[in-house]
Amino acid sequence: MAELNYGLSELALEIRGMVREFAESRVKPVRAELDETGHFPTDILRELGKMDLMGLYIPVEYGGTFEGDSMPNLIAVEELSRICIGVSVSYAASGLGADPILIGGSAEQKKKFLAPLASGEKWAAYALTEPNAGSDAGSIRTTAVKKGDKYVLNGTKQWITNGGEADIYTVFAVTDKNRGARGVSCFIVEKGTPGFTFGKKENKLGIRASATRELIFEDCEVPAANLIGREGTGFIWAMKTFDVSRPGIAAQAVGLAQGALDEAVMYAKVREQFGKPIIANQGLSWMLADMATKVETARALTYAVVKSIDAGVKDISKFSAMCKVYASDIAMQVTTDAVQVFGGYGYMKEYPVEKMMRDAKILQIYEGTNQIQRDIIGMALNKEYAAVAKP
Amino acid sequence: MHIVVCAKQVPNTTQVRINPETNTLVRDGVESILNPFDENALEMALQLKEKHPGTKITVLTMGPPQAAEILKEAVGRGADAVVLLCDRAFAGSDTWATSYALSIAIGKLEKPDLVLFGKQAIDGDTAQVGPGVADWLGIPCIAYARKVEIADGQATVERTYEDGYEKLEVALPCALTVVKEANVPRMASLRGKMAAKKLNIVPLTAEASGADPAHLGLNASPTRVVKIFSPPPKTGGVKWQGEDPAAMAQKLVDLLRERKLV
Amino acid sequence: MGLKIDLETCIGCGACVSACPFGALSQRADAKVEVNEACTACGACIEVCPVGALSMEVVEKKEAAGSLDAYRGVWVFAEQRGGKLQEVAFELLGEGRVLADKLGVELCAVLLGHGVKSCAATLFEHGADKIYVVDHPALAVYTAEPYAEAMSALIRKHKPEVVLAGATSIGRGFIARVAIQVKTGLTADCTELDVDADKRLLLQTRPAFGGNIMACIICPDHRPQMATVRPKVFKHPSPVAGRSGALVEEKLDLKDPAVKVLEIVNAMQNEVNVAGAEFIVTGGRGMGAPENFKLLAELAEALGGAAVGASRAAVDAGWISSFHQVGQTGKTVRPKIYIACGVSGQIQHLVGMNSSDTIIAINKDPDAPIFGVADIGIVGDLFHVVPELIKALKR
Repeated sequence: MAELNYGLSELALEIRGMVREFAESRVKPVRAELDETGHFPTDILRELGKMDLMGLYIPVEYGGTFEGDSMPNLIAVEELSRICIGVSVSYAASGLGADPILIGGSAEQKKKFLAPLASGEKWAAYALTEPNAGSDAGSIRTTAVKKGDKYVLNGTKQWITNGGEADIYTVFAVTDKNRGARGVSCFIVEKGTPGFTFGKKENKLGIRASATRELIFEDCEVPAANLIGREGTGFIWAMKTFDVSRPGIAAQAVGLAQGALDEAVMYAKVREQFGKPIIANQGLSWMLADMATKVETARALTYAVVKSIDAGVKDISKFSAMCKVYASDIAMQVTTDAVQVFGGYGYMKEYPVEKMMRDAKILQIYEGTNQIQRDIIGMALNKEYAAVAKP
Repeated sequence: MHIVVCAKQVPNTTQVRINPETNTLVRDGVESILNPFDENALEMALQLKEKHPGTKITVLTMGPPQAAEILKEAVGRGADAVVLLCDRAFAGSDTWATSYALSIAIGKLEKPDLVLFGKQAIDGDTAQVGPGVADWLGIPCIAYARKVEIADGQATVERTYEDGYEKLEVALPCALTVVKEANVPRMASLRGKMAAKKLNIVPLTAEASGADPAHLGLNASPTRVVKIFSPPPKTGGVKWQGEDPAAMAQKLVDLLRERKLV
Repeated sequence: MGLKIDLETCIGCGACVSACPFGALSQRADAKVEVNEACTACGACIEVCPVGALSMEVVEKKEAAGSLDAYRGVWVFAEQRGGKLQEVAFELLGEGRVLADKLGVELCAVLLGHGVKSCAATLFEHGADKIYVVDHPALAVYTAEPYAEAMSALIRKHKPEVVLAGATSIGRGFIARVAIQVKTGLTADCTELDVDADKRLLLQTRPAFGGNIMACIICPDHRPQMATVRPKVFKHPSPVAGRSGALVEEKLDLKDPAVKVLEIVNAMQNEVNVAGAEFIVTGGRGMGAPENFKLLAELAEALGGAAVGASRAAVDAGWISSFHQVGQTGKTVRPKIYIACGVSGQIQHLVGMNSSDTIIAINKDPDAPIFGVADIGIVGDLFHVVPELIKALKR
């Protein structure tokens, strides 16, 4: 199949081949079962760890393989997503959980917590959302009160991806409720800490292989050494994390849409009606052409944003939001169209496209709904053009 | 512990098709791969290494220069050393001559505790080289092993046979040929692949191996292929299509009863 | 030695390159052909060369034909487990009888074990003229090393010209060691045997390349000519009651077995084994899930106790144990009725079952290769057809 090169590094191309083969041989045979049972893909993540693929975003000095190129990690997410985003979100959420440590953590914290993530022995999770703090993340109510060399956490986090499965959690809690968003701090909390328990596993529409749980903190004492940065810097880490993590959601969307396109084209070539393959109908082949064009456009934008982040471009929030919103919207469209191409068969669980369509919806919701993304883009435009606007 | 894994590069025979017009093999687009059963042997070695730190794994193959690819694959998965036995003098070797050549190459290595083989290669399907090499080396061989545990210089092995399996015990050194159900072979790691890329594999020639030239290649091979042909294409019988499943089922049972088969 | 290419004659057409089953030929920059180390000297290229540029150069063996003449007789390894002769032993006697008669020599059975002499009578009745028995405690339970040692000793002493063993886990496990010890050729897993009576050559035909091609192999300059033979490809001969022959007991001084047998576990105890079954119901990739094999078990029961088989795809998917596998890397079967359900019919599978008496295939895909070998093909969803079949059989 013809593929654009995008000036990818040798490492990125190597990763593309490795993860593509891995996803085909290890994930594809079990994705329907994982979707049906909702079992967490423990074996798959363990094997990715053995293959040195859990530390693509972690710098070499902390045991990973990252040396300034974010594309290998992004492409690993994309290729896993091509087969199953229930698996890829479990993979990517570990990186998301590690991001606050990478961005704001001290050298000691990095050394202690990143090495086991890089080797794949442990996984991470990112805990911001609460029952009453979704898009309005500044209104979180989980508290952390300093007591000697400890902080005491109380509160509940909701819909935490990898909840219960991960060992290392980056948890956002209010240390000064009078300062609003500036009163939020971020803590590293390890599984097994007394007072830290899990709620029930959610039963979801899609990404059913992933584990989504409540985190419950009841007088949970966390060492003060686990505070990331200073008190009150939590919201900065949260937002900076989103700047670099949203392209990851876009990569999931690109991979998922590509997977749906793959299925749709292959089916259209073999399905015969009225004595010819259905792809021979112009109406259908144009539909496929539009699907393919959307996938490539989304990929191009996503890669461009990530390469700009690597190049040190500032004010990236708008662009991160753009690739997230665009790629996830087209993923919803392309997966829906793929079901249409399959006709009645597409609606049946024997074929993978109905799962892809169910899975796609979450991409428009998590890591900031697409409405929030458009807010970010709109606000940025308003701000940027303020300087050039003539009265 | 030193484990030698003997491996072979084979064409992926599941991709081979027969051209129905000429009734000849269509090889185009058929990739060369590490023999699947040898993957199980390598995986068995790698799992033993995980259980017994300090274990060294050497992978040995005999073949053309391109066979270096499977050695790189093996290093990618965690093999410590590789040997490519490569020389025109080996061409045309049957299992007798192949067994000899491999045993000579193993004799040049640090003395192995365990020599592993896949149960057979998917191109030749002979299953003869593993026991053959063991005989040249003068060590016992357990064919069709699906499980092994090593303790105190002894191997406890589960060997499959037609109806089940046997539990066996043998002192090291020994050879095993490994069946598919033994394990699920891992894929190469990123660091392993990087190490493999840097690898410069210098072929071991017939002369350097010290093998007796009279025992090598086609001339030393007792067997000769005199003819290769494609099996005659089969023609099917009747085909029922588009009828109600119940009607077709009844028709079949009636027919079988008429022929007194049931 | 090996393949010789006459570069003057070669026209660079590339016909031989695509004919080579082993990818050993390639075209140089000037289009002329060169050969690499992958060559097995099979000669497939020689036949297709339009200009006769290829030939096989073989150094003539100095070993005089006279030394080969010292070898006479056809031997069959009479495989037993726990004192019970295995089916393949009888199949080999049947085929061995044919070969021995063509060569005008004795057919001998080799019986290795401990306390197994009672097997002798039935071996004579199935065609053996003579039986060599080695009764030794080291042979009580099969392990490769003492079996190989005993067989090699007998071969050195009595010099047979042909030795056949079953291509079973036992036969294939020890006979390769024998071939090394007596320095002769061994052909694996033959499906067809014949002799060239003038040259006294055993013509050994076997599938290779996953069953995609057949190769005919000889062993011209070494004796004995040894082959393992795939079970179930030759028929069980009719016994002649009261037929008898010479029982030769050989006393051998064998080494203690290197391998100790701790336990033998028969996993097929409570199941009908596909290997000897008269009726087989096989499931392939189309079964979709392990629990669906229950449906096949029901059909097997409705057929009055058929065995349940499986294709490689079903075994690889982990739906059923490998003991049920039929095909090139599984068991070869020859039942009266073989019902393939949701089996596409890859060549690897076909070589293991295509000599069944009646083959019935049920598959959704009308173009599935399985229909090419089926006597009766039913195009339909097995999940609709099989339950109806069970009902019809019960009526």
